[in-house]
Amino acid sequence: MLDLALVPRTERSRSAPIVVPLIAVVLTLICGTLLLSLIGKSPAAVVHSFFIQPLSSLNGIGEIILKAGPLILIAQGLAIGYRANVWNIGAEGQLIVGAIAGATLAIIFETSNSVFLLPAMMLAGAAAGAAWAGIAAFLRVRFSASEILTSFMLSSVALQLLYYLVTGPLRDPMGMNFPQSIVFGSAALFDVLIPGTRSNMSIFVGLAATVLAWFFMSRTIHGFRLVVGGMAPDAARYAGYSSARAIWLSLLIGGACAGLAGVGEVAGPLGMLQRNLSPGYGYAAIIVAFLGGLNPIGIVFAALLMALLYVGGDFAVVSAGVPNASATILQGMLLVFYLAASLLFTHRIVRKSVKVAA
Amino acid sequence: MIDTLVFVIGGMLAAATSILFASLGETVSERAGVLNLSVEGMMATGAAAAFGIATLSGSHALGFIGGGLAAGLLSMVFAALVLVFYANQVAAGLAVGILGLGISAFIGKPFEGNTIEKIPKLDIPGLSDVVLVGPILFHHDVMVYLACAMIFIVAYVLKRTQLGRMIRAVGENPQAAASNGIPVRLVRCGAIGFGGFMAGIGGAYLSTAYTALWAEGLISGRGWIAVALVVFGSWLPFRVALGAYLFGGISLLELSLQSHGVKLPSQLLSASPYLVTILLLAFISRDQYRLRLSRPMALGQTYRNES
Repeated sequence: MLDLALVPRTERSRSAPIVVPLIAVVLTLICGTLLLSLIGKSPAAVVHSFFIQPLSSLNGIGEIILKAGPLILIAQGLAIGYRANVWNIGAEGQLIVGAIAGATLAIIFETSNSVFLLPAMMLAGAAAGAAWAGIAAFLRVRFSASEILTSFMLSSVALQLLYYLVTGPLRDPMGMNFPQSIVFGSAALFDVLIPGTRSNMSIFVGLAATVLAWFFMSRTIHGFRLVVGGMAPDAARYAGYSSARAIWLSLLIGGACAGLAGVGEVAGPLGMLQRNLSPGYGYAAIIVAFLGGLNPIGIVFAALLMALLYVGGDFAVVSAGVPNASATILQGMLLVFYLAASLLFTHRIVRKSVKVAA
Repeated sequence: MIDTLVFVIGGMLAAATSILFASLGETVSERAGVLNLSVEGMMATGAAAAFGIATLSGSHALGFIGGGLAAGLLSMVFAALVLVFYANQVAAGLAVGILGLGISAFIGKPFEGNTIEKIPKLDIPGLSDVVLVGPILFHHDVMVYLACAMIFIVAYVLKRTQLGRMIRAVGENPQAAASNGIPVRLVRCGAIGFGGFMAGIGGAYLSTAYTALWAEGLISGRGWIAVALVVFGSWLPFRVALGAYLFGGISLLELSLQSHGVKLPSQLLSASPYLVTILLLAFISRDQYRLRLSRPMALGQTYRNES
C-alpha cells in the first residue's frame, strides 16, 4: 500500500497555481457526470452538450464571450477585496444598482444620438455600484458591522428596488404593463463584436479591468498595502496602513466593477431594464475569483471556464434534458473541490516510507 | 384590534420557528469557533429533502428527520473543508452554500409548486380556550414548542455541561483546549453537524409546515438572517431567540399592514426584513468593546494542530 503523508511546504510551489484548479475541474467533471448518470442521463451526451456543443458553433463561442465579460469584470473587483480580507459578497446587488443607474440615463436621453451617452451610462453605473457597496463600507468602518452580512442583505434590497422601478417609475408607458423599460436607442448600446452573435464590445471593459487590476495590485503602493493588510494585519497596523482605507478601497472598487457589469447587461444583450438582469453573475464571480487564485490572469481563464459552464448548462437543459439546477451544483462543486485541493498550496504529498528509509 | 393582536403575536411564534432552529444551530457552531455561512444552502437542502420525503412517505416525522440528516450530511462537506483541508471558513461557507442551493433545486425539481398537508395544531384542553392567551400561546403545532424547548436545551448544554465547556473552549482558544486533551476537531465537527441538522429542521419546518409548499428559492434569505441573528444575540441562545421572534413579528406585521390596506409599495415591505437586519447589525456592532467580550475569540480562524 502507498503510505502517503502531508508535509507543510517550506517554499512556494510553482506548479500548484496550475495543478490545483486542474484537480478541481477534473473532480467536478467526474462527480458531475456521475450525478447526472444517476438520474439516467448518458455521460457522453452530458459531456457533449456541456463542453463540445458550446465550442462547436460561432453562436456558442459568442455566448461564452458574452458571459465571460461580466464575470471577469466583477471577479477582478472582488479579488482585490478578498486579498485584503474584505468579503464583499453583494456584487449581485451592486450589479443591479449599476444597471438601474445606466438604464435611467438611457431612458431619460431616449432619443439621443450622442457618442457620449454610453460612456456616461458606464460612469453612472460604476458610481452607483460603488455607492451601493459604499454603504457596506460605511457600516463596517463606522459601526463595525460585518460587510459579509450587510453586502448580502443590500443585494436583496437592490433586487426589490429593481422590481419597484420596473413596475413603476421606469416602466415603459406603452409596454402593456410588462415589468420592463423602453427598448434603448442604439446610442445606448454596445456594438456587436462578432457579427451574427450576441457578443459585444463590453468584453474589452473586462479585459481593461484585468490590466488595471494587475497594475494596481502589483505595481502600486495602494495595492501593496491592501495585500499586506490581508496577509498580516498586525504588520500592516505597525506600518501605519489604515484598515478603514483598505475597507473603503476594496468595497468601492468591487462595487464599481459590478456596477459597470450591470451597465454591460442592460446596454448589451438585454437592451432594456427588466426584472431578470443577471443569471447570478454576482455570485458566480465569487467562485471565479477563487478559482483564478485571486490573480488577474488566472481570473480570465476561470471566467472563461465558468462561462462555458453557463452556456453548456443551457445546451444541456435543451439537448440532454438535464435539470436547470445542474449548473448551480457544478459551480458549487467546483469551488468545494478547489478549496480542498488548495491544501497543495501549503502542503505537499510525500511517501512516508521514503522518509523513514532516509 | 384583538384579532390583529392574536394574529401578530400568535403568528409570530410560528413565523419565527424556522429561523429559530437555524440560528440556534449556528450559535453552537460559532461558539465552537466555526463561522458557517452556508446556512441558507443547508436550510434549502433540508427543506427540499423533507418535502420530498414527507410527500412520498406521507409522514411528516420522517420528513423532518430526513431534512435534518440531509443538511447535516451537507454540513460534513463544510466540516471536511475547514477541519481537514484547512480552507478559509468564509470561502468554504459560500462554496457549500451554493452547492446546497443547487442540490435543493435538484432534489426539489419533481415537487416544484406542489403543496402538502400541514402538521396538525395541538389543542391543549383547557389552556387553548383561555381568552387571548389560548389562541396566542396554546394553538400551535408541535415544532413551535420544540423550537422553544431547544432554546433552553442549547442554553443549558452550553453553559452547564461538560460538553458545553468543551465547545466553548475550542471556540475561545483551540490550542489551549487541545493541550488540555480536548479533541478540537471532533468537537468542532460535532458542532458543525449540529448546526447543519438544525438548519435542515428549520428548512423542513418552512416547506412542510409553515408554507406547506415547495418552490425553488423558498428560503429567500432566511438563512442569512439566521446568521445575522447570532451576532445580534451576541452568541447567547436566549438573545438569539429573542431576535428570531422579533423577526417573526416583523414578517407578520408586514402581512397585517397589507391586509389593512396600508398603501406602501409591496417591494418596500419585502425589503424590510433585510433593511431591519442591516440597521440592527449596525446598532449591535457599534460597541466593539462589548461585542468583542461576547464573540468567541477563535471565531473564523483556521485551526491547525501541526507546526
